[in-house]
Formats: sequence, structure tokens, C-alpha cells
Amino acid sequence: MKKVWALHLALIAVLFAAQFWLSPYHTTNLARIMVLAVFAMGYNLAFGYTGMLSLGHALFLAAGMYSASLLAQLWGLGAGPALVLGIAGGGLMAASVGLLALRTAGVSFMIVTLMFAQAGYLAILYFGATTGGDEGFPLPAATRSVFGFDLSTDTPRFIAALTLFAAALLISVALVRSPFGRTMVAMRENEERSRMLGYNPFTVKLAALILSGLYSGAAGAAYAILFGYAGASFATIQYSILPMLYVLLGGAGTTLGPFLGALLMFALIETASGLTSAYLFFVGAALVALVLFAPKGILGTIRERWVRWLP
Amino acid sequence: MAPLIETPLIETRNLTLHFGGLKAVDGVTFTLNQGEIHALIGPNGAGKTTFVSLLSGRRMPQSGTILLGGEDITFLPAHVRVRKGIAYTFQITSIFPRLSVFDNVALAVQSGGTKDLPTRTRAALARVGLDGLEDQEAQTLSYGHQRLLEVAMGLALNPRVLILDEPTQGLAASEIDRFTALVESLAPQTTILLIEHNMEVVMDVASRITVLNFGAVLATGTPAEIRANPLVQEAYLGA
Repeated sequence: MKKVWALHLALIAVLFAAQFWLSPYHTTNLARIMVLAVFAMGYNLAFGYTGMLSLGHALFLAAGMYSASLLAQLWGLGAGPALVLGIAGGGLMAASVGLLALRTAGVSFMIVTLMFAQAGYLAILYFGATTGGDEGFPLPAATRSVFGFDLSTDTPRFIAALTLFAAALLISVALVRSPFGRTMVAMRENEERSRMLGYNPFTVKLAALILSGLYSGAAGAAYAILFGYAGASFATIQYSILPMLYVLLGGAGTTLGPFLGALLMFALIETASGLTSAYLFFVGAALVALVLFAPKGILGTIRERWVRWLP
Repeated sequence: MAPLIETPLIETRNLTLHFGGLKAVDGVTFTLNQGEIHALIGPNGAGKTTFVSLLSGRRMPQSGTILLGGEDITFLPAHVRVRKGIAYTFQITSIFPRLSVFDNVALAVQSGGTKDLPTRTRAALARVGLDGLEDQEAQTLSYGHQRLLEVAMGLALNPRVLILDEPTQGLAASEIDRFTALVESLAPQTTILLIEHNMEVVMDVASRITVLNFGAVLATGTPAEIRANPLVQEAYLGA
């Protein structure tokens, strides 16, 4: 299906072009949205495709963020190695949480992942001498450069964010269209039947959760590297709920839904918080409208009604 | 037609599972021979589905053993048994309703390897006559077609034993004929264990029949032997 790839490459091209007509302020915001979209794509692999409703993804984001920033600081690493460490950190954390939490399913899984994430958040505060606790810490300049480009400046930061986003997006398209992607969906749709087709639900779900953790870790590391700061606020429950909102809004189980959801939610919060301090009211209203009129999210609805080939 | 040399493929010895006071499966010793079509019959609640659940690993027995080709598989998890060649098709149709017909069968095919996946998937669909419906969402199929899809998924696993749990339930007469022909065409490459209420189908396709009653084996034999057995007539055929 060539049009699937064409659509995704077109989005990447449009995003690349966006930096030429957006103001520096909005360019930075778009870089932020793309990094958050990578996080949401990871969440979508677990929730949208495999059907695991996690409330603990902030832990994977934070694992990536702190693996990258603490180790980069300790060993004086550049952005590239720091990102790799972050990805590994997110994946390892997902593997260890998954080994325990995947003994449960459904609501219990949600509670257990939430519990692990809270424990992670409290651990970051407890080891405040190293992690900077609530205050966090800025990343050294050395960690914020790659191939001689300073990632604290607008253009290199935008290009770095876009590169990561594009890679994550294209990998996710290939993944969900692969046989393993089909197996992930089978877990979501009918776990018992999948078992009777020879699949071990535990290992399939664990693999999907680890993939999800790798994405989350990449996003956490990239956020710290590109915006120069690591802090405990990224490990709070808020960052477990945000990717869920992005995915629900954009469309769970669609490859472009996470980006669309992140973009719209970011814009909504940005606009609403300019009007009132009660901006969460608007977020809530948007979610109620979503549940009432498009429970499958924007792209989920579009796929169901009009564009059936959307992956 | 019974195979000349009878090699046991599945054997159970004293297989038992009680639910409290209910003896669902009570000391069943049973042999399924390589290449045969073996029907499992008995009144409602005789323990047929529970018995095949023990064979497929959906339930674990309290005592007794299950051998597959001589290997003890009594406590292996269900997905491992599927990989070893025991395929189970559900009594109540259990497909992936929101996935396409193609994806449903592809999931079964790719479970054994992803080589030539599209070709093998289409071949499995053609075998049950569902070719041409690949892109349709499975839940939009007619009930008869959903049953066939269920069987296609079992077949696509390329099993040594295919357990069919009431496959003709709810099918129209014409569909039943077609289905009977399909089942007959599978043996002796695939060994079939068939739970079936439709006596015509049973007498038609089965090479051997085992009758369960109150969780225990009442009789085993050829269709003619079973028909002539006074115990069976009393307990089950009611004649």
C-alpha cells in the first residue's frame, strides 16, 4: 500500500516546511509537540494496538529522561549516546514493570502500573541529592550538542525533534503493518482465541510493552536534551494521563492519532490558558465532547466512516 | 475407513476433573488413533466439552495423564499444545470480529511462520470456500460463514489433531453437507476429534465413536457397534 507511506512521508515533509513559516516561538512549540507525540506513539502501541490500559507511562518517560541526563552528566556524554541510554532506560523499566504488572489485566493492570509510577516518582524525590528532586536540574551544554550542532538553538533543535519523530512514526507504521503488529491487535481483540492459535499472551504483551517503553524512553531523553532540563514533574501522574488523552483524542490504534491528539491538545491548552486559569475546564469539555460524538477519536472515526485504509 | 495400523496419537489415562460434587470428567481413559475421524457423543452435560478442554489445555485436570505421540502433555499450557499440533475450534464461534477475514486466518497461519503468508492464508480460505471474502470484516459474515472461518483458522494451524466442538450447530442443511465433505477430505492427513449432536453427521463421517455419559466412557466402537450397543441405546439414543 503505497498511499499509506505517501501519507506519512507527506506529513513529515509538511512538518519540515513548517519551520520556515512558523515564528520561532511556535517552532519551539512544534518541536515540543513532536517529542510528546513520540511518547504518545509509544503509549498507543500498548493501549491502542495491544489493549493494555496503563496509568504508569510517566515512569517510562522519566526512566528515559533520567537515564539520559544523569548518566550523560556523570560520564560527560553528548546527545547521541545520551539518547541511546534514554531509550534503553525506558525499555528496561518497561520490561521490569511488565514482568510483574502483566500478571494482571484490565483495571488491575491500570492500578498496578499507576502504583509503580507513583513509587518511581517518590523515589526520584527521595534521592533528591542525585536527581534534584522537585527542582530538577539543567543539562550540561555538552549533552545538548550533536555533530557540533547546538541543540539549544532553534533550528538544530527543531530538526533533531523532527528526525526523532519521523523515525518513530515510520517504525510504528512498519510495525503495526507487520505480522507482529497483527498479533498485538489480536491480543486486544480476543486474547483467549489468540492463545488457542499458539500465542503466549504474556510474552506478546510484554514485548509490546517494552516497545512502548523504548518509545517513551526516547521521548523522555529527547525532551531533556532538547529543552535542557530534567525534573520530577515529568514522573507525576499528569504525564501518565497526557499520552492517554492525546491517543484518545487523535484516535487509539491509528498511527497518526498520537501526533494529531498531541497537536490539538497542546493547542487547546495553549489557547485556553491564555483566556483563563481554569483551562482544565476546556480540556474536560473537549473530552466529554469526544466521548459523546467520536468515542474512537478523530482518526478512528474518519477511518471507520470514510478512509478505511488508514493504518 | 479405519487406518490399517492403529497408532495412538492422543491417549488419556484416568483423566479426572470434578467441579465440587459434579463429576464433569471422571476417570476417562481414551485413545485417539492417527488419521481417524473420531466422534465424541453423549447427552448434554456428559462432559464432552470439558474433556476436550483438558486435551487442548484450556483447563487443567485434577488427576490422570494426557499423552500426545507418547509425550506427556498433561500440564503444558494451551499455547504450547497448539504449537505441538492440537488445534481447537470453539463451540461458540470465537473469531476476531473486528478484523478482516484475511487477518483472522493470517493470525493462525503466521503462528507457524511468516513465509509466504498471503499465499498460505488465501489457500486456507479457499479450502473452506471463503475465498473472495478476504477484505470483509469478520463480524459481517453470516453465521455459517463465521463457523467456516473458525474451522479455517483451526486448519491453517496445520494441526496433527483438529478438535471440532459442535461445528455444525446452527448451520443450514446445505451447509452441513458441504461441511461433512470438508471434514472427510481432511482425514487421514489430519486426525479429527469431533463433538457433534447431529447423529446423521456422526454416523456419516466417524470411523470410531466414543460415548460419554456422566463424565465417564460408556462405550467405544465403530458406528455399527455403537448403534447396536444396548447400553448406549438406553442412555443416549433413547430407543
